Amino acid sequence: MGFAVIVFPGSNCDHDCFHAISKLLKKPVRYVWHADTSINKNEIVVIPGGFSYGDYLRAGAIAKTSPIMKSIKKHAKEGRPVIGICNGFQILTESDLLPGTLIRNNSLKFICKNIWIRCESTQSIFTGKLNKKELLQMPIAHGEGNFFCKESILEDLENNQQIIFKYTNSNGSIVQSSNPNGSLKNIAGISNKNGNVLGLMPHPERACEQILGGKDGLKLFSSALSYSIK
Amino acid sequence: MNIEINKSNITLEKALEHGISSEEWEKIKAHLGRTPNFTELGIFSAMWNEHCSYKSSKIHLKRFPTKSNRVLQGPGENAGVIDIGDNIGVAFKMESHNHPSYIEPFQGAATGVGGILRDIFTMGARPIVLLDSLHFGDINHEKTKFLSSSVVSGISSYGNCIGVPTIGGETKFHSSYNGNILVNVMCAGLLSTDKIFRGNASGLGNPIIYVGAKTGRDGIHGASMASSGFEDSTSEQRPTVQVGDPFKEKLLLEACLELMSSDAIIGIQDMGAAGLTSSSVEMASRSGTGILLELDGVPCRESYMNPYEMMLSESQERMLLVAKKGKEKIVHDIFKKWDLETQIIGKVTNDKQLRILFNNQEVTNLPIDFLTEEAPVYNREMSKNNASKSSDPICKLDENDNLEESLLALLNHPNHGDKKPIWEQYDHMVQTNTIIRPGEDASVTRIKGSGKALAFTVDSNARYCKLNPYNGALYTIIESARNLSCKGAEPVALTNCLNFGNPENPEIMRQFSEAVDGMSKACIELEIPVVSGNVSLYNETHGNDIYPTPVIGMVGLIENHLLTAPQGFNNLGDKIFLISPKGEIPFPNSTPHELAWIKTGYEGGNGPISNLSSAKSVNTACREAVKNEVINSSHDLGEGGLAIALAESSLSSPSSSLGAIIRLPKNCTGRIDSILFGETCSRIIVSTDPNNVKKLNEIAEKNEVLLTEIGIVGEKFTIYSDGNSPIIDLEMEKITYTWENSLKGIF
Repeated sequence: MGFAVIVFPGSNCDHDCFHAISKLLKKPVRYVWHADTSINKNEIVVIPGGFSYGDYLRAGAIAKTSPIMKSIKKHAKEGRPVIGICNGFQILTESDLLPGTLIRNNSLKFICKNIWIRCESTQSIFTGKLNKKELLQMPIAHGEGNFFCKESILEDLENNQQIIFKYTNSNGSIVQSSNPNGSLKNIAGISNKNGNVLGLMPHPERACEQILGGKDGLKLFSSALSYSIK
Repeated sequence: MNIEINKSNITLEKALEHGISSEEWEKIKAHLGRTPNFTELGIFSAMWNEHCSYKSSKIHLKRFPTKSNRVLQGPGENAGVIDIGDNIGVAFKMESHNHPSYIEPFQGAATGVGGILRDIFTMGARPIVLLDSLHFGDINHEKTKFLSSSVVSGISSYGNCIGVPTIGGETKFHSSYNGNILVNVMCAGLLSTDKIFRGNASGLGNPIIYVGAKTGRDGIHGASMASSGFEDSTSEQRPTVQVGDPFKEKLLLEACLELMSSDAIIGIQDMGAAGLTSSSVEMASRSGTGILLELDGVPCRESYMNPYEMMLSESQERMLLVAKKGKEKIVHDIFKKWDLETQIIGKVTNDKQLRILFNNQEVTNLPIDFLTEEAPVYNREMSKNNASKSSDPICKLDENDNLEESLLALLNHPNHGDKKPIWEQYDHMVQTNTIIRPGEDASVTRIKGSGKALAFTVDSNARYCKLNPYNGALYTIIESARNLSCKGAEPVALTNCLNFGNPENPEIMRQFSEAVDGMSKACIELEIPVVSGNVSLYNETHGNDIYPTPVIGMVGLIENHLLTAPQGFNNLGDKIFLISPKGEIPFPNSTPHELAWIKTGYEGGNGPISNLSSAKSVNTACREAVKNEVINSSHDLGEGGLAIALAESSLSSPSSSLGAIIRLPKNCTGRIDSILFGETCSRIIVSTDPNNVKKLNEIAEKNEVLLTEIGIVGEKFTIYSDGNSPIIDLEMEKITYTWENSLKGIF
């Protein structure tokens, strides 16, 4: 089983994901250009961060029309793993592979720093190896990461255990001061109902080695490896 | 509009409007044997202005040392390149975007980032870091909040989008920049030493290809604007500021790097200041060739653009390249993949002329050498140093002032306060190499696959340079080298941005020349060559010149990326030492410049006197201590002196939770405020595990520096002078709160 890192014009965390997977996780990985259409059935799709199409119009709004998205939708529908990180998360909500939307940070500013997130559900393919309530530290770097959705969707997310990560303080408490961008209920990441599609604003690929501050991010990628399609 | 404009009668008046002096006008007419037409006049104004021709600074810049066994490319190219071993080269350069950033701060700063990035990737290097040096006016000046927050947003928007981390910099506020802010951006990139691309236009008949964004009417005369002072309505100049498109730049970057691995091109150059004019002329000049351009092919964003506008436009995200004949399709296909246009707009000739065709008519025919090598060079008049001696700032301070209040006042000042509100707006981690993040003496980025790392710092000391340009500039080089040494990095080369006032003012020219001398002296002694740089003159508004502000960007090499040191204390109970030059009193009664300025507004006296050989010893000792893993932290003393350095090491500890319990040695005599806040040269505080003290002593002895134990890492911030009652005794929460709130409401 290998990984496919999708490259859109303007993606800029594609190399970082590639590095984390090939050098640190030590698993096969390849780049897939957005104009291509083929994804192998046994691949784990990674939609990396960056500014696809310059975030013009709306973050992710143009990327969703790229040829590769058709294949990704099919992949997702078949229950195969897809993870969208940062801009990748935005692309997934724009493509309706995940509910809700990501609006501008409540500070109206781009923000790049280390934060803590808590694993709220181990039901997703990418959190299978985590413990519930496990704390992870990883960086965020975004201007539009403020998760928002309507009440009924939030209820669904809660009922189906689709809220995967929430922002917390270093003690694991969900408090307003630990919410970096104004996200509803401190939401940092959600999955689809099936648990095979995950979107999150924090960057796990930036937290895969001690010299950069920690290795918590690796757990997400390695969880996906032990999934098997039912 | 069409080429009819070329038929208009060009007079001296028109030339003067273009910034061409009457003397230069006569020179042009004499050399050509005719009057230039309108397009040609525009080309002269673009090539002969200060920004492109360095006409006032050239004769001084020659004094910089530019060679070492690591230098692969010195000044004169798009960027300098150094060799760091294992076939890895580092291309780097710093550039100013001062005038545009004052007129339109967001776009001015953003396009400043875009321009320097292009300088780096045109060399064949993938950009790995950005840093910036920002100088704004007084924090309470009515324009400062708007200008500073917009500049930071502009840098953030461009750098983040393109995916190059902004890993460090400096931000200072001073009334000298009220009417003329400074925005200097440095970029570095990595290349393979056998694949350095240069701005060459060689090979008769080789096609000249235009790539990237279309040409519009923006930025026409940008370079000339950057070559004059500000008068009244700068808003009228807003159309001369270009608008950046970082997404286009990202595509251009990827396309250019892909193209460079193809072997299809001869030379490449960014269309930066003075756009198509300077890129084509400079490439031909370097290769001793000529250029024939056919402007009908230039992709234009607007209708009816004439040759004058096309040649002078500074539209962003454009490159000019010379391909190998027959390989045009390779170029075209790679750019097409990245949704970018390519257009053949001319060819290399051998007549050493710049010839331009438009509508089947020749609209320009000028000798390349005359535009470049034979451009005017001035040895401008310099005043004699007759600065009257001003009294030392210590006189303005009351010896009995509360020292805790003084410390907190410094930490709450925007120049010393927490800069997170700025650098957290920059993506400083993308590319996953940032080992030491912003907010320290220097930032460190590792080079994947090599085991090596690079440390970067940008520094300036405008006040010291104002007091004495020679000493101030020399000090700045030493400080940069010290900052790198604190990280265990060997300083290997530097770039600079020389921001000064009006060169036609003899006093400014004196400042410039003396600063160059001071820098050169330090560079020679410390063996750190200058490999690239930029000069920004005419930084004045209504005749008020800025303080002389040479900004240094220095690069240091760490052979083993695991061996570096943070600035913050990180271990309760570690011992704290001061490393200082042998033969000097470790805690002298030096001048607390920054404290006096913050408290009273007064600036005067003399900056710290630097001794180059002791600077070298102190730096070497610190590097050895880092490399041998003898110390757990290191931080240099700068503005605000010992107390500020100790406070910063405390504030940089994990969650700002560790402080210092300091006991000043018994032999400290004189005013205590000058011991705590006085500014010196070549002093570093380090913290070490008690078990490593012996080894640290050996390193100090071997390098002939003084090592003085001054305290331990604790949970509070306490300083004792003598006796049992502390002169400063503060909880870390108090210090942290004061420091973190200094920029509140600004960014």
